Amino acid sequence: MLHALDRKLLRDLWRLKAQALAISLVLACGVAIFMTGLGMVRALEVTLEDYYNRQHFAHVFASARRAPASLLRDVEAIDGVQTAEARVVGSVVLDLPGRAAPASGRVISLPDTGPALNVPLLVSGRFPSETAGDEVVVTDRFASANGYRPGDRFAAIADGKRLILTITGTVRSPEFIYTLPPGGLMPDDAGYAIMWMPETAAAGVFGMSGAFNDLSLKLRRDANQQAVIDRIDSLLEPWGGVGAHVRELQMSHAFMQAELDQLRSMSAVLPPILFGVTAFLVNMVLGRIVTLERSEIGLLKALGYRDSEIAMHYLMLATLVAALGVCLGWASGAWLSSGMSQLYARFFDFPWLVQPHAIDVFAIAGLIGLASAAIGALRAAWSAAALAPAVAMSPPAPPAFRRGFLDAVSGWLGLPQTAMMVLRGIVRWPLRAAFTSLGLSLGVAILVASNFMLDSLDAVIDTSFFKSNRQHATLILAHEQPLSAVADARHLPGVLAVEPQFDLPVTLSVGPREKKLAISARPLGGDLARTLDVEENPVPLPEQGVLLSAKLAAYLGVRPGDMVRVTLSGLREGEMVLPVAAVTQQYIGIGAYMRLDALAALLGEAPRVTSLNLWIDPNELSELEAALKSMPALATTVMLTDVRKSFQDTISENVRINTVLFLTISALITVGVAYNGARIQLSERARELASLRILGFTRAEVSTILLGETAVLALIAQPLGWLIGGWIAWAMMAGFDSDLYRIPLVLTAQNFASASLVTLTAVTAAALLVRRRLDRADLIAVLKTRE
Amino acid sequence: MSSTRATQEIPAFRTRGITKIYGGRGTAEVRALDGVDLDLPEGELVVLLGPSGSGKSTLLNIIGGLDHATSGEAWFRDQELTSMSDRQLTRYRRDNVGFVFQFYNLVASLTARENVALVTDVAPDPMRPEEALALVGLQERQDHFPAQMSGGEQQRVAIARAIAKRPGVLLCDEPTGALDSKTGTAVLAALEDVNTRFGTTTLVITHNAGIRKMAHRVIRFQDGRVVEIEENKTRIRAHEVTW
Repeated sequence: MLHALDRKLLRDLWRLKAQALAISLVLACGVAIFMTGLGMVRALEVTLEDYYNRQHFAHVFASARRAPASLLRDVEAIDGVQTAEARVVGSVVLDLPGRAAPASGRVISLPDTGPALNVPLLVSGRFPSETAGDEVVVTDRFASANGYRPGDRFAAIADGKRLILTITGTVRSPEFIYTLPPGGLMPDDAGYAIMWMPETAAAGVFGMSGAFNDLSLKLRRDANQQAVIDRIDSLLEPWGGVGAHVRELQMSHAFMQAELDQLRSMSAVLPPILFGVTAFLVNMVLGRIVTLERSEIGLLKALGYRDSEIAMHYLMLATLVAALGVCLGWASGAWLSSGMSQLYARFFDFPWLVQPHAIDVFAIAGLIGLASAAIGALRAAWSAAALAPAVAMSPPAPPAFRRGFLDAVSGWLGLPQTAMMVLRGIVRWPLRAAFTSLGLSLGVAILVASNFMLDSLDAVIDTSFFKSNRQHATLILAHEQPLSAVADARHLPGVLAVEPQFDLPVTLSVGPREKKLAISARPLGGDLARTLDVEENPVPLPEQGVLLSAKLAAYLGVRPGDMVRVTLSGLREGEMVLPVAAVTQQYIGIGAYMRLDALAALLGEAPRVTSLNLWIDPNELSELEAALKSMPALATTVMLTDVRKSFQDTISENVRINTVLFLTISALITVGVAYNGARIQLSERARELASLRILGFTRAEVSTILLGETAVLALIAQPLGWLIGGWIAWAMMAGFDSDLYRIPLVLTAQNFASASLVTLTAVTAAALLVRRRLDRADLIAVLKTRE
Repeated sequence: MSSTRATQEIPAFRTRGITKIYGGRGTAEVRALDGVDLDLPEGELVVLLGPSGSGKSTLLNIIGGLDHATSGEAWFRDQELTSMSDRQLTRYRRDNVGFVFQFYNLVASLTARENVALVTDVAPDPMRPEEALALVGLQERQDHFPAQMSGGEQQRVAIARAIAKRPGVLLCDEPTGALDSKTGTAVLAALEDVNTRFGTTTLVITHNAGIRKMAHRVIRFQDGRVVEIEENKTRIRAHEVTW
């Protein structure tokens, strides 16, 4: 049986339904995003750990040019190494039936005894038989994207040799949860294959009998990782080792961690904003209700209700609003999580994904949601409990307005009385006005941050593809070749221009800081792949010295004019100290650049080439693609036009999702704050406004007074929102800053203008809803009722 | 008119030197009650008369447990109200006091029956809300909301709410102040009925001197003091009260 006080609670809630819903939706948004973030982070973490453990994902990875198989025993003997596995890995060009453009692939050997580390997980078919020379298993995603089944065949060109390979099965691998093709920015399931081949066959294809070029290690728990890496480096150095690295630098794993970091920062920024706005709205609305219900509170006290019962009554009102928000949040959070899971399934290749909506995630999100409403309700509940019963029985004294600075200014400006009413209202409750403006500004800020992301990615595309890497295609060669390869390439059909590039694996160091990477050497006056200065103007390659990307220079702590130590790795030995000539702008990866002839002179050899950048006549593209399929010594081709297109497609799809998400959040916050604010003013000013109507003011004039305060606060909120949005954008930029990629801080006037346009529209909509109430209200009746 | 009031040794209310001072510290000091001594026997209907600001409501607030005195003592039967904490005063109100206010103070979002249930939900030995409403002649209107009732009906709901807990005392602050004479008479009849039927000590503040003839005892206030106490030898019935 419901108590009378509970009935009052339910009827009050029903009376407040529009305001309650506005608050609930803001809270629901917070709960949904929080639980999606937390749920997905946990699901990904648990999935990764589980997957890595089951498939024995390695801790340390290394590669070399060609190391003798006997070296593996020395590796296994290193203190701290639990398991070591040597493999042969090589790149191939694929000629896939029904595909004009050459695809590329990576071949990985399967040890005869079966892999002990990075074990592929069979999805369909079987593993190749040890003795077979033409059997492979491929990633399930490659097979699905091309419609291949076990038994299907395709051609691969390795080192100019054409092989016909038969697919015996499809697999997944913990090494390739996220796979980027060489030079690619987005996964390319159809055009890039990872395939596993029996050891003997792979060694035959790549000329690696009795040798290996890839090493994976699993370490014991107590192992000293750095000591193991140092030892591996020294063991592999004579064999063209280019430096061992830890799991954190493994491509797929690094992308997973970047995704996790993004999820964590999403859960750290948005939900607190939404929970904070919820607390503010509850505080504002409940504060007003307590003021309105002074006499009822007094009555309840006179009837013998305890302070705690009365406080609980108002806390329960907030709790019910929050409960509605939490339930809506749970539902939309579950929906959002499964949407995210599907999105992840598209980009990441997991055999399974742990359910993101665990019961404790629901519980934590729900508790935080309830707590934020309760915190907002505390002040009002406390003031209800603290009202002295006798005082509560008489109406509140009119708020104490005083003449002050404002009056002097308005007298000077000649402001009308109606404007004074608006301004005095703001000055009289400065804290409420400040929080209202802050709340509205958060709606603006979220849109600014969301717009920033688009502008920033546009800038990344513009810089990376239209200013820096302008070539249509890059041919990556299987081996170093003499400069004559440029002339050979120029004879390929459709090729209008060719520029060589020589990538030399090195370790750059300054004091204790070092970075393993390749110096890219290019010819002077190259017009396809260009280096840009920090203002994004082309910067010529220096006669002497090296250009470093800004991120790399910052990591090494050098500025133009400083010296860096360059230690050669791979098959070359030696060390040199070079001056940093300039710092360059680059958003994808990190880089070091030199002039091709200058580097050759330092090495004391004739200039050599590892890749070729091409400018292509689009009309002859198909002839070129056909020719590339049979080009000897080609490791892989990168069609930059395709890379750019897939990057843009992915971005524009994410943009759609993001725009809907952030627009919703921003609109909910803005409408929630503006609507509740205006409703409270309507409630506070009802008698004043009724009096003005009787004095002959028109509806429009009365509305101006009512909505004037909201309008003034909304206008103040705009620059504040730009500022906060700019700060969030800056924080996002800092959060994205990794060796893999980074984004520029691009804040445009259009960004600010569109954010303001959207939020001001939302404020107007909320204000009109309240104005409709004012128009319908029987103002004469308002005057007759005793407040 | 025969009286059912009990003649007991201990009065329902006893005050000694009750003083209430508002303001001070910079603002002008207002002495709302200035050393009031009173003995109000159990079961009486007492009318408090006096101009606005004479201290009637302040006294009612203090003996109703709504406010604290600045000095002096107030007793309800054998309980000293002036030494009670807020929590004890809440308990006292919950168990013993029924209030009727000039503006009814009904909760707008609750029906007549639910407004009465507000009290019966927390009182130790209440009657059923329907029973209390029947006592004031509103059994037919119990599912109406305050906005659907006349002023007189609303005030009778307020009386039903006050008596539903079977209070030891009924404190009424201008119960007919907002009513016309016809509905006012009906409200007075309800109060008289409660006083007669249950022997509930009833204090009524009023500006309407006509009501004084209903009372066992009439107390006049002026400037925070009791200036006259008059006992009625003969009382008139509620319907005989003229406005």
